[in-house]
Amino acid sequence: MTRSHRDKWLGHAGRLLVALILLFVLLPTIVVIISSFSSTSVLFFPPKGWSLRWFVRAAHYDDFRNGFYAGLVVTAWASSLAVVIGTTLAIAINRYDFRCKHALEGVLLSPLFIPHFTIGLGLLMLVAQLNLGRGYALVIFCHIVLVLPFVLRSLYVSLHNLEQRVELAAASLGASPLRVVWTITVPLMIPGLFGGWLFAAILSFNEFTASLFVTTQATQTLPVAMYNYVREFADPTLAALSVVYIAATATLLTLANRFLGLGRVLNVEGAR
Amino acid sequence: MTRKPAFVLWFVLPSALTALGLMVAMLAVLQYSVRAFIPGSLEVGGFTLGNFQGLFKSLYAEAFLNTVSLSFKTALFGLLLSYPLAYALVRTRAGWLKSSILIIAITPLFLGEVVRTYSWIIVLGSSGFLNSVLLAVGLIDKPLQLMFTQTGVVLALVHVTMPIMVLMLATGLSHIDPAYEKAATSLGAGPIRAFLTVTLPLSLPGIVASLTTAFAWTFSAFATPQLIGGGKVSTVATLVYQLGFSSLNFPFAAALSVAGLVLTVLLLAALKRMARSLQRAGGY
Repeated sequence: MTRSHRDKWLGHAGRLLVALILLFVLLPTIVVIISSFSSTSVLFFPPKGWSLRWFVRAAHYDDFRNGFYAGLVVTAWASSLAVVIGTTLAIAINRYDFRCKHALEGVLLSPLFIPHFTIGLGLLMLVAQLNLGRGYALVIFCHIVLVLPFVLRSLYVSLHNLEQRVELAAASLGASPLRVVWTITVPLMIPGLFGGWLFAAILSFNEFTASLFVTTQATQTLPVAMYNYVREFADPTLAALSVVYIAATATLLTLANRFLGLGRVLNVEGAR
Repeated sequence: MTRKPAFVLWFVLPSALTALGLMVAMLAVLQYSVRAFIPGSLEVGGFTLGNFQGLFKSLYAEAFLNTVSLSFKTALFGLLLSYPLAYALVRTRAGWLKSSILIIAITPLFLGEVVRTYSWIIVLGSSGFLNSVLLAVGLIDKPLQLMFTQTGVVLALVHVTMPIMVLMLATGLSHIDPAYEKAATSLGAGPIRAFLTVTLPLSLPGIVASLTTAFAWTFSAFATPQLIGGGKVSTVATLVYQLGFSSLNFPFAAALSVAGLVLTVLLLAALKRMARSLQRAGGY
């Protein structure tokens, strides 16, 4: 075999490998989509008949409806607050020096390796000891802690890519530091802010393990409601709900990719 | 860095409060772990180390071993599947292909553990997708038992951790100048040799970061071992939940969490150390 022959063969093998891996990633999604249209209440593959009844049932199941609204409340507050907290911190860390800077950053990034169940358990014990109720505030705080590392990551990238000379120009023209932040830094960060907010929102809406610990029947979010459903029933209602989920998430990400450039936000663009 | 203006304090305050809340919650776990359990009551008794002694029972030792072995397998297989995808993502030049790989690879990241685990139940079940296909093709004559097994749990966990691994590997790979590889090829190295001697060593930091994250995620996974393991595969996470919500033994659940956290930190530190000596051996 000549060298160019071998290289071509290698290229094909590589493409085949990548295609197979992508298929593995897609497989459960494809299977769940097919199953959601099944007409029987016991899951068989391939389904014995087709219907839309599980979509109807998913839309009318009370726990899912309540979970959806509770999830929206938690997600809206948690992701917005996380972006505010993250932005102020990212600017302070990136542009200024202050005491305990690295300790603070370390603590806030620690949920990346502290198991979610430990964080949920800790917050549950904390409110039990302080005799506070398990309300929305607890769930929202829990989600802020969990999504903050991801928000920070996205904001660091956007601060890093920001043309710092513009800030210097504004400062040298006499703008106070706060005015520079408010009129130059924050507006220039808006794509990053939006990207960070979007990720925080999607992650919060889907967070499950810690939520299982900190929610009650009244504040249970959609993933918790789904988990409880799957433990009780085996019908394809959850498959139908999953399809709605997958469609909504893929649409959001495709839009984010189109308008924000997902590769840039996630920092995976190749070196040019 | 410039002199710090007064508003910086106000900028740090919200995050400092958040960090404080998190630290106090972790202290609460620590505090509960050394308190006595009063059966039938949510109040805790006096200080004791009995909870930690209880961890040496074989049931818990097995759960720890199980969790570590699941985490290692998941991280390893996850890396083998994620690396080619990350490499393709970074090196593909066609825009639409790049976007497609990116969307397919990371959409699962945002679907949450419950949806993904549920999908795997349909794939792995005895009348599920995999068994139906294998039966139809004639490779097997009775359904394979995949649900409630370690294999099934690892398969689903690999799928759960892949997106974040792809992201981290791609971030690392994207900072390697393709010119290095080109230089190696123009000096006569074949593509495999160029990859093994240039790109792979340079991407080691990304590999370590992704392995670490995969390990930590698997360690904390709950829905997947709980639903696919179905009580047959017990992990630290599933036991903590059972102890807390079925037996209401919060002190013991706390002790188990503390032990789990210590183990995670130790293993991650070991991993980092190993990576550093590996890098040094490679001359970087």
